[in-house]
Amino acid sequence: MTTTRSALAASIDPAAETALDELLLSMADDEFVIGFSDSEWTGIAPILEEDIAMSSLAQDELGHARAIYELLAEVRGDGQTADTIAYDREPAEYRHARLLDHGRGDWAMTIARRYLYDTADGSRLEGLATSSFAPLRELVDKIRREERYHVMHATTWLERLARYPGEPRDRITASLDELAPDAATVFTPLDGEALLVEAGVLAEPMAALEARWRATITPVFVGLDLPMPPAGPLDGGRTTHGEQFGWLWGEFTSVRRSDPGAIW
Amino acid sequence: MSTINTVAPVLDESAVRAALSEVTDPEIPTISIVDLGIVHRADVGPDGAIRVELLPTFVGCPAIELIRSAVSDRLQSFGRPVEVSVSFEIPWTSDRISPEGRERLRRSGFAPPADIGAVRCPYCDSARVAMDSIFGPTLCRSLFYCRECRQPFEAFKPI
Repeated sequence: MTTTRSALAASIDPAAETALDELLLSMADDEFVIGFSDSEWTGIAPILEEDIAMSSLAQDELGHARAIYELLAEVRGDGQTADTIAYDREPAEYRHARLLDHGRGDWAMTIARRYLYDTADGSRLEGLATSSFAPLRELVDKIRREERYHVMHATTWLERLARYPGEPRDRITASLDELAPDAATVFTPLDGEALLVEAGVLAEPMAALEARWRATITPVFVGLDLPMPPAGPLDGGRTTHGEQFGWLWGEFTSVRRSDPGAIW
Repeated sequence: MSTINTVAPVLDESAVRAALSEVTDPEIPTISIVDLGIVHRADVGPDGAIRVELLPTFVGCPAIELIRSAVSDRLQSFGRPVEVSVSFEIPWTSDRISPEGRERLRRSGFAPPADIGAVRCPYCDSARVAMDSIFGPTLCRSLFYCRECRQPFEAFKPI
């Protein structure tokens, strides 16, 4: 052994370790960014029940993010914590999907973003349900039970808006159009994903998970007479982040930057 | 037995669990964490240390830290080293709530977890109830309304 590996990292194939780091970071960043972004609805959602719903969804996602960052910190074993990973990076170092760079916008945009993300996340979690990496498999088992409610909520709202002619349908259609180019960025291939598949950490490559996701949402889009998000190149889908994220980053790191020791 | 035993009583798992049954959920103080099913392991190691593993009801449950410190405080009285950790080794599910726990929930005005169609009003036991919102005041509960006694109530989510 030339370097000290954490006990947890020692349980996986060294070749897959970098890829595992990349996978965990991308998952945690996704949950963190959408969780923080949706928490902006607390206090101002269109109706009280939805205020509670968005706050609960945000709380769930931030909880998932923290648990995954903690697992990542344990894998790294270099003294980092969930807090240092979540807050002590520059905007360019975040690895969330570009889909989540789109701000919460209006209610239709929030629902469109949630629906696309929750369903994509569902397919990704399915690809980890039998993971050979036990701590991740256990966490995913728990998370999937909660995400079921997220998909139920987003689907109900998508259908409600898309089926109501006039402004509701116009707004949800416009939001889906705007998100379409980035809709599949949750499935941006990871550099080392072949190693993860080989090690049994991930069941299938991202492209196969994307195909499963498309098969899942197609009946919903067809039933609502909405155009499916196009398949397209996902280059930089987790590395090029726009202005909007710079603003969000400024928000969620503001406490940490003004009080460097502040914890979650 | 008539043997005179001068050794301190053996501290075993059941004694630890009995102590834990005095620790209640900070959000619903009428139910203990044992009845809620969040105590996964409660062991006394060969070194005499007490180790407890807790299963959060939801990954993002904000009460888990409070529960962790309440468990630690309660077990201090045994005068042993205490280690309390949070585990996802098995998922907490609403089936882990004991029959006694379900009854305590109901008496406190919370419908115990059930499929949406099987939820009954905790006040009048009517099945004429409607879900207002999947999401409620805490992650683990939904909002319902009873059309019989016209009382809003909270139901535990089946998970």
